[in-house]
Amino acid sequence: MQTDRKNRFLTREEAVYFAILAAVVFLILPLALDPFRLNLFGKYLTYAFVAIGLVLCWGAGGILSLGQGVFFGLGGYCMAMFLKLEASTPENTAIQSTPGIPDFMDWNQITALPWWWEPFHSLFFSLLAVVVVPVVFAFIVGVAMFRRRVGGVYFAIITQAIAAILTILIIGQQGFTGGVNGITDLRTLNGWDIRTDEAKTALYFVNGALLFACLFAAQYVRRSKLGRLLIAMRDQEDRVRFSGYDVASFKIFVFCLGAAFAGIGGAMFTLQVGFMSPTLVGIVPSIEMVIFAAVGGRLSILGAVYGTLLVNWAKTTFSESFPELWLLGLGALFIAVVMTFPNGLAGLWSEQIMPRARKLFAGGTARPAPASPDTAAGLTQPRKAAAE
Amino acid sequence: MFAGYSMGELTAIFAMQGFAGLILFSVFVLMALGLAIIFGQMGVINMAHGEFMILGAYVTYLVSHVFADIMPALFSMYFFVAMALAFVAAGALGMFVEWAMICHLYKRPLDTLLATWGLSLILQQLYRSIFGAREVGVTIPDWMMGSLPLTDMIEVPINGIFVMVLAVGISIAIYVLMFRSGWGRQVRAINQNRVMADAVGINTAWTDRMTFGIGCGVAGVAGSAFTMIGSTGPTAGQQYIVDTFLVVVFGGAGSLLGTIASAFSISQAQSIMEFFLSGSMAKVLTLLVVVGILMLRPQGLFALKLRK
Repeated sequence: MQTDRKNRFLTREEAVYFAILAAVVFLILPLALDPFRLNLFGKYLTYAFVAIGLVLCWGAGGILSLGQGVFFGLGGYCMAMFLKLEASTPENTAIQSTPGIPDFMDWNQITALPWWWEPFHSLFFSLLAVVVVPVVFAFIVGVAMFRRRVGGVYFAIITQAIAAILTILIIGQQGFTGGVNGITDLRTLNGWDIRTDEAKTALYFVNGALLFACLFAAQYVRRSKLGRLLIAMRDQEDRVRFSGYDVASFKIFVFCLGAAFAGIGGAMFTLQVGFMSPTLVGIVPSIEMVIFAAVGGRLSILGAVYGTLLVNWAKTTFSESFPELWLLGLGALFIAVVMTFPNGLAGLWSEQIMPRARKLFAGGTARPAPASPDTAAGLTQPRKAAAE
Repeated sequence: MFAGYSMGELTAIFAMQGFAGLILFSVFVLMALGLAIIFGQMGVINMAHGEFMILGAYVTYLVSHVFADIMPALFSMYFFVAMALAFVAAGALGMFVEWAMICHLYKRPLDTLLATWGLSLILQQLYRSIFGAREVGVTIPDWMMGSLPLTDMIEVPINGIFVMVLAVGISIAIYVLMFRSGWGRQVRAINQNRVMADAVGINTAWTDRMTFGIGCGVAGVAGSAFTMIGSTGPTAGQQYIVDTFLVVVFGGAGSLLGTIASAFSISQAQSIMEFFLSGSMAKVLTLLVVVGILMLRPQGLFALKLRK
């Protein structure tokens, strides 16, 4: 019975949680919000892609990357380059001294499209690049680091340095990348205007569907043997290595998977918000994405989605009305999450709220709680409830 | 790249850029020494290190105004008072933070990173509320203005020399503290084996607090020295934090000599390249090389041989 349940893709409890999230994303939010706010929540959900990747890398695998913004940005820029080329037809850019190239290139006295922009005329190539470019980049970084057994704190610092490098590079090479303003004024996707309310609503649903695809992929990884090995590596890396597993390969894989999620998120960000800029690539956004995952619960992929929505919603609300308080609040949130509830909202839910609710409904009959893999208890500690 | 410059001009360029690099080197050393103590010896990642520096800078700013208003006769000496106060203020805040936050997180280094990042956000907002969002500068005393002409083509600014002297002085002080004092011996003992250090009667909790306080205090002094070169804003600390961590990691955590050597190579490379490339590309290239070397040699330049 026990092993049977462990190998199932979704336990009954998890299926309920997935269904609740699906209802929130596909029914409640679209019905409750006007198109502007819905687009805003669509933007938040693009960050959730990164947060899910972080749950796999950091929560399960123990690899904290402070450079996820790099992958988000790479995905977003790949998408933005395609949209920008489509928007810069010779007719639209007739007033430029060189018609047919993006406006910021013209402003920077560049007269021909650089060779590495050329392939982004093709939609198929661009969509492929959204996933492949971040993954290849993550693969190179991952091989270089994990093969040499760089981990933990050093990995965090080096990924952060990479985020800094990429930001400086994008800002410095203004003629090729649009500089600090980023790539703006994006209009159509293969002839379809993405700026209308209808298009934005449609993109919101596409985004939601992709998010669930990523959630299922993440759930599949966690249910598989790979997922259990990741947790084993996080807790006792040497023991896994001595058992004959190639630790580095597993780490590289999960890091690449996180990068792929982030790339998709970045592309959806570009489509829904209509621009891409280095402010989403650097150190600050990268570390903010970590806090989304931390608030939601670093061990729970669904928690990460809720955490992202909640923190961003709070950010928008507070910074609209009390801009000064927001940074103080965000700082306090960082400290509070780390010091008092390291497993985030999901941990709070499964360790505090659910056991109490169960006691209430079961009327005191000691029934062992079903193993919920979303909880810290299910992953790291022997279940206390069963022992009682 | 060298075309169009005569031999004498090239020498002058390299000398001037080398000197600019030396000033950058002093700044890096000052920033990195505090972190080398905190990160290298204690293994704590303090993302708020830059904010401790800025605290020192703001203390200097306040002291300079107090001196200008109350005792203008002594204005030329205010900087030394400011440095001492910056050390005390940043050190005290550091000890408080260690007591309130860090000491609960020693076993979770990645969480320390997040918590101190939160701390840095709070401090930034406090600075912004208290001192305003605009950058502030201090009036430099007369004796620090101007520059010394070495030859007719090479000139060196005096405030740069002062910062260099300061960097050397603090490096020596920290060396003496770490390797010639009882406290330093205790810190190194804890770094090597915390349980055994505890067992032989070292008060590890108190030593940790002192170490963190001194590291933050040195950051405060660094910030104070900063005001001699540039102005200070609430977010200035964040711009330096990545550089500083790279300097410490590149040098090999735990090795003071390594920290100084890596600060030297990074700053020289950056300032010489800056003359030929744009500033941002020089920085990108330098950081790329550093990251590349770290990937090949993760333990840094001067790795301490330690049994973990």
